[in-house]
Amino acid sequence: MANPTHLQYTKEHEWIKLEGDTATVGITKYAADALGEIVYVDLPKVGSSTTYMKICGEIESTKSVGELYAPMDGEVVEINNSLTSAPDAINSDPFGEGWLIKIRYTQLPELLSSTEYDALVGE
Amino acid sequence: MLRTPLYDEHHALGATFTDFGGWDMPVRYGSDLAEHHAVRNSAGLFDISHMSEFSVVGDDAAKFLDYAFVTEVSKIAPGRAKYSILCNENGKSLDDVIIYRLADVDYLVIANAANRAVVAKELSERAKNFDVEVTDNSDDTALVALQGPKSAAILQKLSNIDVAPLKYYSIASAEVAGMISLIARTGYTGEDGFEILAQSKDAVKLWQELIKAGGEDLTPCGLAARDTLRLEAGMPLYGHELTLETTPFSANLGRSVNLERGDFVGKAALEQPHTGPKLYGLVGEGKRAARAGYPVFLPGSDSPIGEITSGVLSPTLGYPIGFAYLSAELETGSKLEADVRGTRVGYEVVNLPFYRRQNG
Repeated sequence: MANPTHLQYTKEHEWIKLEGDTATVGITKYAADALGEIVYVDLPKVGSSTTYMKICGEIESTKSVGELYAPMDGEVVEINNSLTSAPDAINSDPFGEGWLIKIRYTQLPELLSSTEYDALVGE
Repeated sequence: MLRTPLYDEHHALGATFTDFGGWDMPVRYGSDLAEHHAVRNSAGLFDISHMSEFSVVGDDAAKFLDYAFVTEVSKIAPGRAKYSILCNENGKSLDDVIIYRLADVDYLVIANAANRAVVAKELSERAKNFDVEVTDNSDDTALVALQGPKSAAILQKLSNIDVAPLKYYSIASAEVAGMISLIARTGYTGEDGFEILAQSKDAVKLWQELIKAGGEDLTPCGLAARDTLRLEAGMPLYGHELTLETTPFSANLGRSVNLERGDFVGKAALEQPHTGPKLYGLVGEGKRAARAGYPVFLPGSDSPIGEITSGVLSPTLGYPIGFAYLSAELETGSKLEADVRGTRVGYEVVNLPFYRRQNG
């Protein structure tokens, strides 16, 4: 699966969809494939604040544990509760149903375009 | 990295690879959970050609193996097999193996890939005073595991012998899809199944014929599923539950040791009363599994009594399971806690295995 061109990316293999002052955050197909089958997701609480590059959650697969780095400063305004019962959506639809959190951001770091991210993961 | 004769097959099936003891092995083809469930409910096919095979032949073969291993190998009947441990003089585990008696003075020892050099060296040194020839056939031998409730039906389509009467921990010569093979009813999944040995040059054809015969009932499976399956079945993995720090007694494998017999390597040490940490099976609350290396505590205590050696959210059972070496005498039902990345998770000691199949 190609990395969608309408999204932006981080070097930590997260994708960002910007709409107004809100960013939807997920992990890329590349990251989901590397983790393997995801069995448990620990997301930050709605209302909690995020700090750029601070760990704000965990994504656990059968074989390993991945940390979720906050891609920007802001406040968590929504989390994907359906991942509690169906964390495998991150594997099956990482850029859609498998989204993780929505952040109302106060500051945006520099993000990668899909072309730049393609180059990073060698696609 | 080393490759098995089936590397190109895995590649063609879209496998993700991982370094396993120096081997470039398929970790999964698609979903490791789907592969896991395929073995529990239907059948799965694993390439385990990275494992080591040693042939032990000669008049003293039984006597030699009795001396080299902790198990009384001479008691194995021709056509049968036993799990055993290769110990050093201190009774510590160098490897765990399955020993198959093919004929009166002809044995096959299957050892772990990562321990091939150690096992080769130990067997040849221990063989010095015996009339026996030890040969490392690993490079010429392919090994696949066909595991799951439908594996007998699948194998029967290709085998020239009737596989149904083959008992658990038995082995027989056969032709599989016309290729000279050994069929063993053994495995590392807790399901019914077979391990099939063939010559390396026949590996690709054997794999393809099995995939074809299995059709929709058969799923190629990687090492991720192999690990979760063996863990549910309560089977140890060398490097985790068995190491140079553990004895067969500390690893709960005392049943493999026969002390009431002549000398064998490690006997004097194993006759001493066992002290030190012991291996326990634990199940946890919730969904967050404590993984290898996470510390384990008595409830409320800040001093760890040991650590997890393998741990996963069990795909079949739906709760965390794990092994841990613990310095405490614990009963089934004893409450414990594991530190899961800063959070205490409740665990409880259980009897092994975690999962037992319904039939057989």
